[in-house]
Amino acid sequence: MSLERPPPHRAALEREHAHELLRQMLLIRRFEERTEELYAAGKIRGFLHLYIGEEAIAVGAMQSLAEEDAIVATYREHGHALARGVPAGAVMAEMYGKANGCSRGRGGSMHMFDGSRRFYGGHAIVAGGIPFAVGLALADKMQGRRHVTACFFGEGAMAEGEFHESMNLAALWRLPVLFLCENNLYAISTPLAAQESEPELHLKAHAYRVPSEAVDGMDVYAVETAVARAAAAVRRGDGPYFLELRTYRFRGHSMGDPQRYRAKEEIAEWEKRGPIVQFVDRLRRDGLLDDATLAAIERDVADEVAWSVEEAEGGPWEPVEDLEKDVYTPADG
Amino acid sequence: MAKLTYREAVRAAMREAMAADPRVFLMGEDVGRHGGAFAVSMGLLEEFGPERIRDTPLMESTFVGAGIGAAVGGMRPIVEVMTINFSLLALDQIVNTAAALRHMSGGQFSVPLVVRMASGGGRGLAAQHSHSLEGWFAHVPGIKVATPATVADAKGLLLAALADPDPVLVFEHATLYPLEGEDADDTPMALGRAAVRRAGEDVTLVAYGASVHKALAAAAALAAEEISAEVLDLRTLRPLDVEAIVSSVARTHRAVVVDEMWRTGSFAGEVAATIMEQAFDELDAPVARVASAEVPMPYAKPLEDAALPSAEQIAAAARALF
Repeated sequence: MSLERPPPHRAALEREHAHELLRQMLLIRRFEERTEELYAAGKIRGFLHLYIGEEAIAVGAMQSLAEEDAIVATYREHGHALARGVPAGAVMAEMYGKANGCSRGRGGSMHMFDGSRRFYGGHAIVAGGIPFAVGLALADKMQGRRHVTACFFGEGAMAEGEFHESMNLAALWRLPVLFLCENNLYAISTPLAAQESEPELHLKAHAYRVPSEAVDGMDVYAVETAVARAAAAVRRGDGPYFLELRTYRFRGHSMGDPQRYRAKEEIAEWEKRGPIVQFVDRLRRDGLLDDATLAAIERDVADEVAWSVEEAEGGPWEPVEDLEKDVYTPADG
Repeated sequence: MAKLTYREAVRAAMREAMAADPRVFLMGEDVGRHGGAFAVSMGLLEEFGPERIRDTPLMESTFVGAGIGAAVGGMRPIVEVMTINFSLLALDQIVNTAAALRHMSGGQFSVPLVVRMASGGGRGLAAQHSHSLEGWFAHVPGIKVATPATVADAKGLLLAALADPDPVLVFEHATLYPLEGEDADDTPMALGRAAVRRAGEDVTLVAYGASVHKALAAAAALAAEEISAEVLDLRTLRPLDVEAIVSSVARTHRAVVVDEMWRTGSFAGEVAATIMEQAFDELDAPVARVASAEVPMPYAKPLEDAALPSAEQIAAAARALF
């Protein structure tokens, strides 16, 4: 597989930047591996949808989005939250249901929000977040702000009407929406070929006259570069842009998925070119990473994950007396 | 006070809000060039321009969802859904996002969105344009539900909805659009306050929306039989003015709840249960309900008339309590 070179303006900082990308991907990986254990231990309840295998997308994309841009994600959003800079402790505490969680324990794994980082969730109805993203972009446009709303969704969402309605409306009104499809080839169990009459998903954007590309979502540099290009077009006021980011989920749809719908060999094949192993190999080849640095990054990440668990373990529960809080806005705002 | 129609009152509220607050805008199907399917927004495109009076394609779910996003993004959208039956296409956005967002984000985001729609039967529009489903929405915590019955409320409750930080659905009964009445005064209205439209002593007729006028007609007929009926207009279903209901029943000791929803699962059931829970000792007779017949709305006029609550049915239900 060919890997794109990092953008030239980053060349001077290539090593440092590469290490940061690796650190973020490893943080997501190790964080989620820990959540698997904590789920089995009963510390995390409900559904748990792991992002393992898809880390290059959230990490690559966030590099190319600005602080003032908005992010809308799905129920598989731990990686996006972490890559956006939501503290790991707040993400873990949310999974524990604690009051120091990023949604005060009201949302859980599927509903992470952080208004201070313009991180707008955490939407667990497939495609349901897409019209919301269109609305955020409409508000930006009507108020004269040159921001981008980046909307992540899986390829399963592209069979939903709301995806098509939203593409149409964003294109008609030239709204600053960056549509980011994470194509991991399965909607729970249903393979792409059984979901879509046109499996080249990026082509669908043409029906709405929205520029689009297919990108190797296993290559963090490729994602970073493509999102930078697309976000620049959106920010210029050219209207929406669509990227199909091709990836693979290494775990089941959620915890407890027996994965009868795919062969172990297929997973193993994809794992060989997983986003982290591939990136590590490349950096070693390019002389940008040695064993000591990798070990230091792993230690750093392990510390952050351990800290996040401490935050979650030590965090308070929201008092039951406050059960009905935050259904409506209090009179004092 | 000047006379105007219910339709003009809704328009006046939108015009007033848009003139006062640049964040307010209207979007929906045919609201601009056409002036709205019920001519409610007639003239607003010319006055405010296409940035603020936005004709959308037919995509109820997406334009309601975009309204939610725009509200969170700092705007004050008014979304018009042509009729209540079409709002079912947007039910996901209303229930799963608008109502839930504040809570599931731990209080980080309010959704100051207003969704207006025409509701109710009586116009020969049959089984896909005539229903009353307000109670479904009133079931959902996180949203508020207004059902203006008068011209003054058509304006005042819409302005109250626009001033509210949370999502408010406003159900405009389609038979009321030509209704003439007095304009609202300048006192801001609150959501969650019922109003006694006719004072009485012997029985309380609880109603909302167009049914208020049927209840008033029933009260007039009952007066001729020396039954003094009080008509209580709920005005909003959520928040529900429980205190007004209980205090009226405590005076009259009898209640008939009128509702254009189908009887099974109707909002009238909620009101009746509330009376039973909170005013049982005050009752001299079981709470009665007058609701729509359990049938998709038929087209033929005699059938449609028979399907909807009538003043005669309300009066008969009241009489039966004595």
